[in-house]
Amino acid sequence: MADNKAALKTFREEVSAWMAENVPADPGFLLPLTFLEVGTEQQLDFLREWQYKLWSAGYLGMHWPTEYGGQGADPAYQYVVDKELSRHNAPIIFNTIGLNWVGPLLLDMGTDEEKAKYIKHILSGEEIWCQGFSEPDHGSDLGAVQTRAVKDGDAYVVNGSKIWTTLGNYADHMILLARTDPTAERKYDGLSFFLSPMKVAGIEAHPIRKVTGEYGFNQTFFTDARIPASCLMGEEGGGWRVAMKTLEYERGVTAGQASGHWGVTIQIDDMINDLRGLEQDGEALLSDPIVRDDLVGFMMEAKALSLSARRMAVPALNTDYPMGLALSVKYRGTEYERRMKQYTASKQGARSALYVGDEDAVRGGFWQRAYFSNFGATIGGGTTQVQANIIAEHVLGLPK
Amino acid sequence: MFSYPQNLAISLTEEQGMLLDVARGFVRDQAPIEVVRAQLETETGYESGIWQSMVEMGWTGLSLPDAVGGAGMGVGSAVPVFEALGGGLLGTPLLSTTVAGQLIWRAAGEQAAEWLGRLCEGQIGTVAFLDNSDWGVPNTGVALDASGALKGRKHFVADAGVADFFVVVANDNGSPVLALVERSALAADAVSVNVLIDLTKRAANVDFTGATPAHVVRGEAVTSALRDTLLLAALLTAAETTGAAGRCLSSIIEYLNTRKQFGKLIGSYQALKHPTVDIYVGMENARSFVYHGATIVADETLSTDAEVACRMAKVAADSVMVYAGDRAVQFHGGFGFTWECDSTLFIRRAQWAQQMFGDAIHHRKRLAALLLDAAAGA
Repeated sequence: MADNKAALKTFREEVSAWMAENVPADPGFLLPLTFLEVGTEQQLDFLREWQYKLWSAGYLGMHWPTEYGGQGADPAYQYVVDKELSRHNAPIIFNTIGLNWVGPLLLDMGTDEEKAKYIKHILSGEEIWCQGFSEPDHGSDLGAVQTRAVKDGDAYVVNGSKIWTTLGNYADHMILLARTDPTAERKYDGLSFFLSPMKVAGIEAHPIRKVTGEYGFNQTFFTDARIPASCLMGEEGGGWRVAMKTLEYERGVTAGQASGHWGVTIQIDDMINDLRGLEQDGEALLSDPIVRDDLVGFMMEAKALSLSARRMAVPALNTDYPMGLALSVKYRGTEYERRMKQYTASKQGARSALYVGDEDAVRGGFWQRAYFSNFGATIGGGTTQVQANIIAEHVLGLPK
Repeated sequence: MFSYPQNLAISLTEEQGMLLDVARGFVRDQAPIEVVRAQLETETGYESGIWQSMVEMGWTGLSLPDAVGGAGMGVGSAVPVFEALGGGLLGTPLLSTTVAGQLIWRAAGEQAAEWLGRLCEGQIGTVAFLDNSDWGVPNTGVALDASGALKGRKHFVADAGVADFFVVVANDNGSPVLALVERSALAADAVSVNVLIDLTKRAANVDFTGATPAHVVRGEAVTSALRDTLLLAALLTAAETTGAAGRCLSSIIEYLNTRKQFGKLIGSYQALKHPTVDIYVGMENARSFVYHGATIVADETLSTDAEVACRMAKVAADSVMVYAGDRAVQFHGGFGFTWECDSTLFIRRAQWAQQMFGDAIHHRKRLAALLLDAAAGA
């Protein structure tokens, strides 16, 4: 244990030195705050090159098997790297759907062939992944998806439409949940899961502009698109189970993600440092008793979240509701961040009204943009309200 | 640059884990809710057999050192016990006795070994702190006069009706002192019982005028002992409150899973389901703070991290308990409004606990100073 600690410390120093040398400087154009907002070729090329560099140095997917491009190390090493990425204000590691959802899913449930075919390119950033779960009429109610996949010889013919396809316009592959049997008695049993190619005739991704003014989402249309039958992951009709497993990785309920650095880290320290310079009624904002009390509330929330992350590793302190802390991470964390960012964006006097692009905006409009961007977290991957239902039903045992 | 000082230590020692299991088992077996209810309107508020068992298990000396007859397990070891007692809404003088022990030990050490030994053996001690109702002032209004007797009243003295002795926070020519007063030294009409909102607890106003202390603890250690003891008392109350919030949550879940309206279990309505989730999340937050506190408090003078932990634990526990108690009454509908429903016990506990050893505003003001001002130049 002591050896391990010493080894990690040495490793941290090594990583830190590497980052001081290699983290790219500000490119002079706006970089996305999260992987959900990669909207231009310029951003994509920049982030792709950065991910390749990090992986080549051996600092991405460190705990994944070496045969698939990982380092076969203890997860603690990747955690150190992620911490250092955040500390060095490094650009995000953008291929998140591949790195954090598809990769762990394949390592968990995939065949050897699937692992060999996909995982290394996820890590190197050479192949980008997107996710085809939500549909225009079925977001939170995922079991009701209508996109059809019909077997035809050695292919499935896909028709329908998926929405909120992050990175869809750049992606090489999609994890696709489609209905192969519309007559199944339980709607879930009619679903199948595909590792679908994106660059085939009949699949088109149309970018969608967001509340932040940026792009990153798409609506993806399938029109008689023929995808190889070999893309089916698991059994036909067994897609729901695979999709649910994917959501565990997406929501952070199950560990195994290649990197936690999928978004710019925004800490409570940033909030307080930025507010400290501001004034109200001719006095420092931070001398106002109401603001001080609000900040104590935010600091307590931040600390409670960090403490629960630690507490998860102490089973004796989680006997009442064993899965409770893990299943409420998203519910708590994303809502805290939304409120924290909104608060900071609204305590800047008249400058609260400025947005990215105005030279007088506090920190270039960072907080305003971050607040809007955060809805990606409170809506995507199951809305806060659906998360509340999940906690109520699966943790507390309340009826559906 | 501001950097939020975050000590995130949280663990459970083998001893703490054992105490949690034992204490939970004890509450489950010895103190079901009927036993608690049977004491609501009695004079002492607890069953002597239950108290005797707690003494025999060594709980009154858990946090006191071996040298004075305690178990030497440190003050953090009391946290799981109080969490379990809170889960049973079990009112006993254990909190009073533990707090009195900490105050005497921190101010006088082994010089007060005899008094501490009495606590370990099961005598009841209690701290007489409040001059009126403000936890945020020194509360040293009671004075020692030239003849060596005390002059003045203390308010809200927990378990005053059953205490064998009192630790009176007083002043001697302006310096804070602890006056240890035997029950036998009180005047016949000194104790006037409070009508408390929480019927599982007992307190009284005590007039110490004319009482001569058997021992007076003086010196600089008194001030830091008072500061630390109030913080530890806040932490232990938070542990007890968190346990109560957990029990309150279970009672809500049970009712939502059995009561039907409009042909459906009421737990299927999101208007009831989602606030219940928020009670759960609040309870888990409080529990994290409480065990973080239990991990970092020490027998020595409390660090700033420990001070932050105790204050946050109290704020978090109060806030979830007030919410849980309030929603418990509401969610039980007409039944919730009746004496018969246990929700009435929870809402009363919530109102009692939130003021004890400083309410949320008291602690949040001090947290703001600790976190925003102290770190300003860092």
